[in-house]
Amino acid sequence: MSNTTADYTPVQDTALGKKAAGPVEWLDDRLGLAGAAKKNLRKIFPEHWSFMLGEIALWSFVVLLITGVFLTFWFQPSMAEVEYNGSYAPLRGLEMSQAYASTLHISFDIRGGLLIRQIHHWAAALFVAAMMVHMLRVFFTGAYRKPREVNWMIGVGLLSLGMVEGFAGYSLPDDLLSGTGLRFVDGLIRSIPIVGSYLEFFIFGGEFPGEEIIPRLYMAHILLIPALLLGLIGAHMLLLVYHKHTQWPGPGRTEKNVVGYPMLPVYAAKAGGFFFVVFGFTALMGAIIQINPVWAYGPYNPSEVTAGSQPDWYMGFSEGLVRIMPGWESTFFDRTWSWNVFIPGVGGLGLLFMALGAWPFIERWITKDNREHHLLERPRNNPTRTALGVAGMTVYAVGWMAGGNDIIATKFHLDIYTMTEIFRVGIFVFPVIAYIITKRICIGLQRADENRILHGYETGVIERTPDGGYSERHAPLPVGAQYTLTAHDRLPELESSPLTEDENGVAVPHGRRERVRLWLQRRYYRGVLDKPTTDDVEHAAEHLAHHDGHPNAIGEDFQGVSETGIPRSH
Amino acid sequence: MSKDLEPTDGHGDELEPTEPIQDPGLPAHQWRPQDVDAAQEKRTERQISAMFGIATLLAVGFCVAYFAIGDEQTFLGWSAINFALGATLGGALLLIGVGIIQWAKKLMADHEMVEMRHPAASSAEDREETLDIINAGLEESGVGRRPLIRNSLLGAVGALALPGVVLLRDLGPLPHSQDKTVWKKGMRVVNDVSGLPIKPSDLEVGQLVNGEPAVFFPAEGKEEAEYHGHELLAAKAKAAVIVVRMRPEDITPSKGRENWGVDGILCYSKICTHVGCPISLWEQQTHHLLCPCHQSTFDLADNGKVIFGPAHRPLPQLPLMVDSEGYLVAQSDFPEIVAPSYPELARDQKKLDEKS
Amino acid sequence: MRFSVRKLSTRRRHPLAGIVVLLIGLVVVGGAYATLSPKPAVAEEASSRDVEAGRQLFLIGCASCHGENAQGIPTKSGGNYGPSLVGVGAAAVDFQVGTGRMPMAQAAPQAPRKTPEYTAEETKQLAAYVASLAPGPAIPESEYLDYKNVSVNDLREGGEFFRTNCTACHNSVGAGGALPDGRYAPTLEKVSAKHIYEAMQTGPQQMPVFNDALITPEDKRNVIAYIKRVQDQPNYGGLAGGGLGPVVDGLFTWVIGIGVLTGFAIWIGAHGARVKKKR
Repeated sequence: MSNTTADYTPVQDTALGKKAAGPVEWLDDRLGLAGAAKKNLRKIFPEHWSFMLGEIALWSFVVLLITGVFLTFWFQPSMAEVEYNGSYAPLRGLEMSQAYASTLHISFDIRGGLLIRQIHHWAAALFVAAMMVHMLRVFFTGAYRKPREVNWMIGVGLLSLGMVEGFAGYSLPDDLLSGTGLRFVDGLIRSIPIVGSYLEFFIFGGEFPGEEIIPRLYMAHILLIPALLLGLIGAHMLLLVYHKHTQWPGPGRTEKNVVGYPMLPVYAAKAGGFFFVVFGFTALMGAIIQINPVWAYGPYNPSEVTAGSQPDWYMGFSEGLVRIMPGWESTFFDRTWSWNVFIPGVGGLGLLFMALGAWPFIERWITKDNREHHLLERPRNNPTRTALGVAGMTVYAVGWMAGGNDIIATKFHLDIYTMTEIFRVGIFVFPVIAYIITKRICIGLQRADENRILHGYETGVIERTPDGGYSERHAPLPVGAQYTLTAHDRLPELESSPLTEDENGVAVPHGRRERVRLWLQRRYYRGVLDKPTTDDVEHAAEHLAHHDGHPNAIGEDFQGVSETGIPRSH
Repeated sequence: MSKDLEPTDGHGDELEPTEPIQDPGLPAHQWRPQDVDAAQEKRTERQISAMFGIATLLAVGFCVAYFAIGDEQTFLGWSAINFALGATLGGALLLIGVGIIQWAKKLMADHEMVEMRHPAASSAEDREETLDIINAGLEESGVGRRPLIRNSLLGAVGALALPGVVLLRDLGPLPHSQDKTVWKKGMRVVNDVSGLPIKPSDLEVGQLVNGEPAVFFPAEGKEEAEYHGHELLAAKAKAAVIVVRMRPEDITPSKGRENWGVDGILCYSKICTHVGCPISLWEQQTHHLLCPCHQSTFDLADNGKVIFGPAHRPLPQLPLMVDSEGYLVAQSDFPEIVAPSYPELARDQKKLDEKS
Repeated sequence: MRFSVRKLSTRRRHPLAGIVVLLIGLVVVGGAYATLSPKPAVAEEASSRDVEAGRQLFLIGCASCHGENAQGIPTKSGGNYGPSLVGVGAAAVDFQVGTGRMPMAQAAPQAPRKTPEYTAEETKQLAAYVASLAPGPAIPESEYLDYKNVSVNDLREGGEFFRTNCTACHNSVGAGGALPDGRYAPTLEKVSAKHIYEAMQTGPQQMPVFNDALITPEDKRNVIAYIKRVQDQPNYGGLAGGGLGPVVDGLFTWVIGIGVLTGFAIWIGAHGARVKKKR
């Protein structure tokens, strides 16, 4: 503070500034940078930890680009067979694809190669996980609402592309585990009705495994999908800047403004610092936790397999659905229809992403809420959305557990068949239970909030009345806290049932659809607690202010009671 | 600084009279210890530069480790060089990151600022002007007045999709019938890896042999086998088998399969009919075969029938017999189609049934 | 910050206090269970001449399930209470008793490995007795157990046999895997070369037999060499998570990766210390 403004030299007057003035002017003459920089360099970003989750994904993507470039120096995406002659003795002399041999070469004969490979793999697992956590944050706080629906859909696209990118990546080393994964994908492609065999032969360049799949996946992995990801990430960030970030409600934080720290210098430093943290942390993970030890699996061989053949975690949901699906297959029109693979394999993730992409529009259709929203909603204040989200997470979790059922079975000594049967039922039953419980919890939390507004908080001060009764003293919350608790939308007036016929007895267009919508709307708001009205609050304030019987007033700066029962203030 | 920026102690502008609690406006700024205490500020400054200093040392340490540590050295049972490089690199990066963030949190200006939002939509005038511009452009182009040009252009551009699709034709051959494997009458079943032919007397009850057709191994007097590289892998992906021996009284062959085994020795495809994982988790007492990928379970004493899991078709069985030298050989190719289902499977299976 | 009860006590209403208490409770209960749970009792018995001594041991410890003459005791449903041991050979006895699987502590889907109840000497006597009933696989010769001096070619071939015949159940580093109905393929960690050999030779419980005619003694030695090499070599990349593959990697991603990085995010977003003093 001593040396902030007083002795500051403007940058253009420093020695370096004077030297740089020429080139900068040259650039601005041609690019007009000052105009854009003026608007954006001090852009305000609100501060909350949950707003940094998307950044984990962004920075792990950057880590992936950096480490990925390093790996391409040595990786050879070829399925041509060679004899391995590197340092890893147990495989020496074995016939294997060049892809696998070069992965072993990177792991054992390039110093730091194993480290970079492990950082790359950890960063990939974290990239998808962070996208998912970020998406959950956006979902549960309602940040996807108007005007941000387009950005939500870009996000859904990023998540799905990220998963494909990850799959392509872990298939490249051509070890026994990744080959088993490709074998599964081959079966999945074959199961696509009517065109399955054509797609299989075109994608694999003939019968499985062929010679083409790894070079093709490599192209997708290092060129096509990263380019799409980069473009979408750019669009995602541009829209973020255009819409300005959402913020939590609170004193002075409204729908009309955004309160926080400027891009230059605070946010730039925090975000830039976070990049180093993410990179540093993935590097530490690469240093001490082994991931995908390809040498232990051996080269791919279609007549070998290992117990515990699983995909990376983000494909675990699909894998689980495939495991719990009953063996349905039918034959008609002289064709085989493999529902047992197609429904869970293609349908599961397809349905998930369609539901995610459509949700903002479904919600808007049900609620008919056409306003812009820049203030976030606490999950409890929209119990139906929160409950639906938790139900969706439950489906996902059942898929996950089913995908790891053999590992769970061996580690906890359970019966794998019983688990499968439970998951078969559970995938339908558990989400319903989760929905009901979550909605109840939300409404309970809403009641607790209401209590805190209307009856104040428990001070811990125990008072004795003249007739010997004991009671705990309540004190009103600070106004700021009260405001924060009530700064959310009041429940809308429920629309009344529409007329299905006009006065002449002619059916109103869309009458039936409108009835469905109103039924859904009533469900959506059923049981949800509205915030207290002005009357409620005034009434409660009177009650709380009532000092009769309280021997000591509690001051403005009351800070709770110490463990010895003495009221404290700072 | 943009016009929108305001000092922090402005009050919430709009008071909605219907709301129970009115916005009290931003609270007054509270100072950090570093803002009011010069000693504290100095300490934080030293702390942050110490982090950067250690990061520098770690970066140097990385280079030292790179050249000094050998491939074979271990640390805690891990590769020492992997650990040393990762720990120094990760430590340096983390310290730089934490230092920068600490700088921002503790020393950089800390006043929250307010920026006003604007509606995401463009203004009504902008919309109208844009529409006018578009209309002027469209009119001048004459797109509406000259439907012939417009439609033929659309047609031509649409037709360009055809070369795009046709170009992809050579991605792979057209699918051919997948009803055949390399198995044929009289081909020996040999032990995988070693290529040893198998005599029935070699097998005990409860024995499992992971087998392959003899053609994958060099024929007698030859150096090289017939199949190599990806051709071998593609053939293996359909032809791998398992041979098991059970007590003959435990086996319940369905009609027509009574003579497919030799003294309780049966041979099945190793490729799961679900999505093609090789299966060899055979429980010798229950005669069940479990796929490690998705837990489809087949009963080998009961014609490879599916008894659990997502697979639908039974595991194809390879009919066995003994050749003149007493070794196990195939009676024919698989009478059922091996490997995962595909759309034309029903048709191909029908053809196969007609042939036999 | 110095520790004091008073400071601790003021935190009891902290939002995380409940979680901390829960964690402490779980650790205490788990720890208490681990120390209090019963350890299997060790039966000590002694005897002298091999076959006869083995028979005596057998009558005491094994006959109740396997029958007085090791002929097995069939159940009414046609299964076996204890299977016949006639012809299983010394190798089977050495494996089952030497790894503590027999005698079984209780009826279970599968006899687990545990501390052997018989001494090496007693195991030898039991094996001698069972081997005297009918010919069967003998305890392997030590030359096929000497896995330390195999050549690179043998090691590679052992790996190929291992991946073709064993990994489907036992996993690629021998960490074990699941079987139906609560059964499992056990881990090969810390199993002696002799016991691995005997398991292949005799096919204990659900494991298929891989006899010496098809997987020759040299092949078996090579398989053992590969298993031992894979388990004894360093975990080059660091903590291996039990060799269980991507499921554990996913667990680490979420618990450690997302956990710690979210912790950093919370730190970045935290408001930090403030003072009442003004500038």
